[in-house]
Amino acid sequence: MNSLANSLGTTATNPSFPLHTISVLVRNQPGVLVRVALVFARRGYNIESLVVSGDPVNANFSRMTITCSGDPETLEQIIKQVAKLVDVVHAIDHTGQSAVETEIALIKIKANLDERTVILQTAEHYAAKVVDCSASSLILRVTGASEKLDSFISLLRPFGVVELVRSGKVLMTRGPEAT
Amino acid sequence: MANKTAKKTSNSRKNNHVAAKSAAASVAVTGKIPTGGDKVVQCLEREGVEAVFGLPGGAAIPLFDALYESKIRLILTRHEQGATHMADGYARATGKPGVVVVTSGPGATNTVTGLLTALSDSVPIVVLCGQVIRPMLGKDGFQEADVTGLTYAVVKHSFLVKDASDIPRVMKEAFFIASSGRPGPVLIDLPKDVLAGPCPAPFVDKVDLPGYHVPEHAEPGLLKQAAAFLAKARRPVLLIGHGAVISNAGKAILKFAEKIKAPVVNTLLGKGAVPEDHELHLGMLGMHGTAYANKAVDTCDLIMSIGSRWDDRITGKLSTFCKDAVKIHVDIDVAEFGKVLKPHVCLAGDARLVIEDLLPMVGPCDSDAWLAQVEAWRTEFPLHYPKKGGLRAQHVLDRLDKLGGRDSIIVTDVGQHQMWAAQFLLTTKNHHWLSSGGAGTMGFGFPAAVGAKLGCPDKPVWAVVGDGGFQMTLSELATAAVNKINVKILVINNHFLGMVRQWQELFYENRLSGTPLPGNPDFVKLAEAYNIQAFHLRRAADVDRVLTAAMEYNDGPCLVEAEVVREDNVFPMIPAGASLAEMIIEPPKMALEKPTGST
Repeated sequence: MNSLANSLGTTATNPSFPLHTISVLVRNQPGVLVRVALVFARRGYNIESLVVSGDPVNANFSRMTITCSGDPETLEQIIKQVAKLVDVVHAIDHTGQSAVETEIALIKIKANLDERTVILQTAEHYAAKVVDCSASSLILRVTGASEKLDSFISLLRPFGVVELVRSGKVLMTRGPEAT
Repeated sequence: MANKTAKKTSNSRKNNHVAAKSAAASVAVTGKIPTGGDKVVQCLEREGVEAVFGLPGGAAIPLFDALYESKIRLILTRHEQGATHMADGYARATGKPGVVVVTSGPGATNTVTGLLTALSDSVPIVVLCGQVIRPMLGKDGFQEADVTGLTYAVVKHSFLVKDASDIPRVMKEAFFIASSGRPGPVLIDLPKDVLAGPCPAPFVDKVDLPGYHVPEHAEPGLLKQAAAFLAKARRPVLLIGHGAVISNAGKAILKFAEKIKAPVVNTLLGKGAVPEDHELHLGMLGMHGTAYANKAVDTCDLIMSIGSRWDDRITGKLSTFCKDAVKIHVDIDVAEFGKVLKPHVCLAGDARLVIEDLLPMVGPCDSDAWLAQVEAWRTEFPLHYPKKGGLRAQHVLDRLDKLGGRDSIIVTDVGQHQMWAAQFLLTTKNHHWLSSGGAGTMGFGFPAAVGAKLGCPDKPVWAVVGDGGFQMTLSELATAAVNKINVKILVINNHFLGMVRQWQELFYENRLSGTPLPGNPDFVKLAEAYNIQAFHLRRAADVDRVLTAAMEYNDGPCLVEAEVVREDNVFPMIPAGASLAEMIIEPPKMALEKPTGST
């Protein structure tokens, strides 16, 4: 499975291990992001993506969705140490659970007139939308599973990706309970 | 100090009726609206703090100003690191949080070693740091350091107070977090304008920390599993760690050990939870533990860790550690479960409560043959040292034990003397053995002993230190002298950084790189320069006389410099990364391979 770092052709943290998605409910206190990040950094673990959203009910809390890879035992320990932080209410690894996961990417791509049709056909296959258009470029917006985004981006690469922004994976468990 | 004293602004504040109204209670007591600094000190008083340790500076002046009229005793140290170790020693000896008060920038960074020491050994201390005024935060002002940023990795929790009205809540939470669950250091960064400005906020008596959970009783189902394993054990061992000391679990553990008929070993920091002179006690295990404790652990069929975290100094090579034994792990910190090894049963809870709950569920093990085996090892491989060839640290410490050390609080520094003290000074009471275990902080012993003595003025306190570590914090001799802290300092002087020298001798072809200390001062003269009574000890024949004289001296601190054999080694020894079975009991006659363990 490709990580973000892989898709950009840089060194991935540990490509032999699958990505895990961890959701962390935190108190909105200064420094909480650093404290969480330090638990990973101390072991030399890379956070592949991290998304923070405010809690819709209680403004004192936020939810972090973190994706990272690593051997399962070390990750289990990392999650315990994250959960131990005073400002962390809970930290749960949702890998393998029934959850809705998605990611969004904006891709700026070189697209002169003769290549444009092929690009747009590819975009259509991936349900990507054109959100900006110039004489020589397009910005495409694509949403869905991270693997789908990886695949789409790799197909676009030969045309010349000028810029790429990915949101990182967000996740919500299915059913009535909060994640 | 470049900063000027904070201007008193109470006059202008008296006219602030709104603020004054909400602070009616405080005003009634003090006649003025308290400053942030006043509020901090009032919170300290409400927490029952008797003494604080520290050193002022520009950003902390409002806090020290508030201490000026407080009944809290301010122990002025000569260095902030000393203050943290004093607070640490106070906390370890009393079980109550120790409090440090320092200034911004270098004052705060000097506490980092003390924070690490307290974090590694789960000691409750609260460090209050002055900080630059809020408008100057992040602008590299004079004596600014990003102290919360610098210390994230060495605190249990920390606060940067941006609003004076948060002071009562932060203080309450800080003391609660420091002293509850698995204790640890908490840092509070206090900008000078927060300290100097008004703080009419009411006191807070409750904490609301939705992310902070402390287990107390273990799950009954898991207790049953543990009891079932214990019922089948024929060679059980109880491994006692610092958690047992912290939770005062010793009495329950002793009952438990006697009931199931299991021998007891303790870690360096577990000393004292269960009396080491009890017949079931095998002393300390691990790298420099007793041979019989290590043999017992290496041979057991069940090991139950109570408040210990399977430190590498205990397990040695993990793949061979208690390979076929059932492992039960009692810990209040669930993040310790599975960190080092995978136990068969994990009991999350307070050590005392877990053992008390488990006690009625267990019966005697079929362990008579096992106890006989362990006794045979005790007889066959006793701790010993050469009686000839000059004054030996082991002899001095052995005599100190017999002459009254066993009833004293023993505080050690880090190194060979620490291991010899752990071996030869038996600890029979809880909170009577204080040592920097996890961090191995040289310089800890002497200031920690000062703090311990302040917390326990009625108990004799000995600081057992080496010549290397003592020189790291001996500026606190002034603190001990001026406050007449009646602490006995035993300097085991071998003119070496002895533990590293031992490794160099055993594993590095005796290439003594950076370990000789030829520039040592005359410690007796040094003490006298501080007006501290000092004794020289060079001959074995004088040990009893000198130690007794030191014990009888009651007019402030006193120091004994014991000039011991220079090149002595601590045995038994398990080289780092080796398995328990590879223990070196007697001095080896041939060169050894370099250890594979990290330290």
